[in-house]
Amino acid sequence: MISAADLTRTFNRNWLNPLAFWLLAAPGIWLIWQWGLLLTGHPNALGFNPIETTHRFLGDTALRILLLSLAVSPVRDLTPWRSVMKIRRRIGLAAFWYAFAHVLAYLGLDLLIAAGMNPLGALAGLWDDVAERIYITLGMIAFIGLVPLAVTSFNAMIRKLGSANWQRLHWLVYPTAVLAVFHYGYMVRGEQLSPWVHGAILALLLAYRGFKAAKRTLK
Amino acid sequence: MFRRFQAPWQANTDTVTPKSLYLNRRKIMAAGGALALTGITGCGNAQSSTAQTPAGRHPSGPGTALDFRQTDYRISDPSTPYDAVTGYNNFYEFGVGKDDPARHAHAMTTSPWSISVEGLAERTGEFALADVIDFGALEERIYRLRCVEAWSMVIPWIGVPLGSVLQSFQPSSEARYVQFETYLNRDEMRGTRFRVLDWPYVEGLRMDEAVNELAFLAVGLYGEVLPNQNGAPIRLVVPWKYGYKSIKSIRAIRFTAEQPDTSWNLSAPHEYGFYSNVNPNRAHPRWSQSSERVIGGGVFARRETEMFNGYEEQVASLYEGMDLLVNH
Repeated sequence: MISAADLTRTFNRNWLNPLAFWLLAAPGIWLIWQWGLLLTGHPNALGFNPIETTHRFLGDTALRILLLSLAVSPVRDLTPWRSVMKIRRRIGLAAFWYAFAHVLAYLGLDLLIAAGMNPLGALAGLWDDVAERIYITLGMIAFIGLVPLAVTSFNAMIRKLGSANWQRLHWLVYPTAVLAVFHYGYMVRGEQLSPWVHGAILALLLAYRGFKAAKRTLK
Repeated sequence: MFRRFQAPWQANTDTVTPKSLYLNRRKIMAAGGALALTGITGCGNAQSSTAQTPAGRHPSGPGTALDFRQTDYRISDPSTPYDAVTGYNNFYEFGVGKDDPARHAHAMTTSPWSISVEGLAERTGEFALADVIDFGALEERIYRLRCVEAWSMVIPWIGVPLGSVLQSFQPSSEARYVQFETYLNRDEMRGTRFRVLDWPYVEGLRMDEAVNELAFLAVGLYGEVLPNQNGAPIRLVVPWKYGYKSIKSIRAIRFTAEQPDTSWNLSAPHEYGFYSNVNPNRAHPRWSQSSERVIGGGVFARRETEMFNGYEEQVASLYEGMDLLVNH
């Protein structure tokens, strides 16, 4: 007789990681598929401004997965699903890869084309954007904030840094997420609801950590 | 009944129409001349059979063919495909997504339509659309539309010069500005449930800008009555200014002595000035304005943005002596 606990154990051991991988990869696979359709002249979901659609899609996905990564430890604390921790790194890394693709798309599909495919011109355009446009400034800082987290996400790096240092470094994810939400908020025109919804979710996730820390201090 | 105007020389102007147009029956009408070019005979008949004007349909319904004459106000770049012109829109009253207006604007009542004329003019009051626009004097103008979001389209508008309409109300000499207001009906315009902007949407021009030869009131595009998402039944077209100045679905015109409020300026004054002339030299805090994506021109199509959107010759004199970086 197989018990529910056995099933859970089997799922966590054999299925959780690949399932998480494919779910996290799905938006990227979808986007590549749509570009394939577009470039071969087939009907696709990218609309009349495919580059803009790409920027928005990658940015939305990166931000949402980043928020998801911040929801992992609350889920562990508040639900019986403790093994969710096994996929936290995977979620965090996915957020980095989507942010990286977001930056690459901006560099390649906007700046490089605007500069007539001249890489130096693209760099000059990048400098102008970072200096003059607050949402790009914030977005760039947020992305740069994710880089050391991704680089130190491997077991070997965790061992090398030591658990305490690693934890201290990865605290960076909080200001990075705040910057990412502000990047989104400054990007949209007029008063739009969506950045506030993302901001509210982030505020909740941060507040939870604040309460936990306060409780620990008071004990 | 409306009849489509067709002259022999229409053919050469329609060669600018991109191939993608031929894919759709609706748009074959707009490219009638091109059909003649490809050697299909009897295209006049073909047009009337494809025209979407079933008997009994209200003539002002979107998609109805309009009778108009050609003008020299046309740029030679290919016109943006109809699907893009009518499927990629900013009309925040129907939502902030680019496809929201095409999906939701059908809820707007555009007939009957009246326009309230107010302020410093001899003739004021409520006017029916047909009393504002002479539907027997419609002309076509192919203008580039440059959105502040750094993309552009080329659109064949049907309408009348704004100046002639404004003069018909006999504005007084104190009227130095004119303000326009968009229709507002919260039941019909689902985007107004959230205060993206301070509804109703308002825009304005200086009087000399408003009577410039390029300023245009459109009631149609691609030879047909305006689809709702493009600002039916009547919208402004000021091609040397960013797209948001070309206010849609106008329900009020106000002659004023002072510079009137404009919606985006109220929302973010440092980003959107009153003038909002297309200016590649002014670094906008949100988008570099030095170049633009060409919607419908291919995935990677971009072009350099021109001063006054390429209409410098006609409008530069309006701003003589003004610092356009300050008065942006």
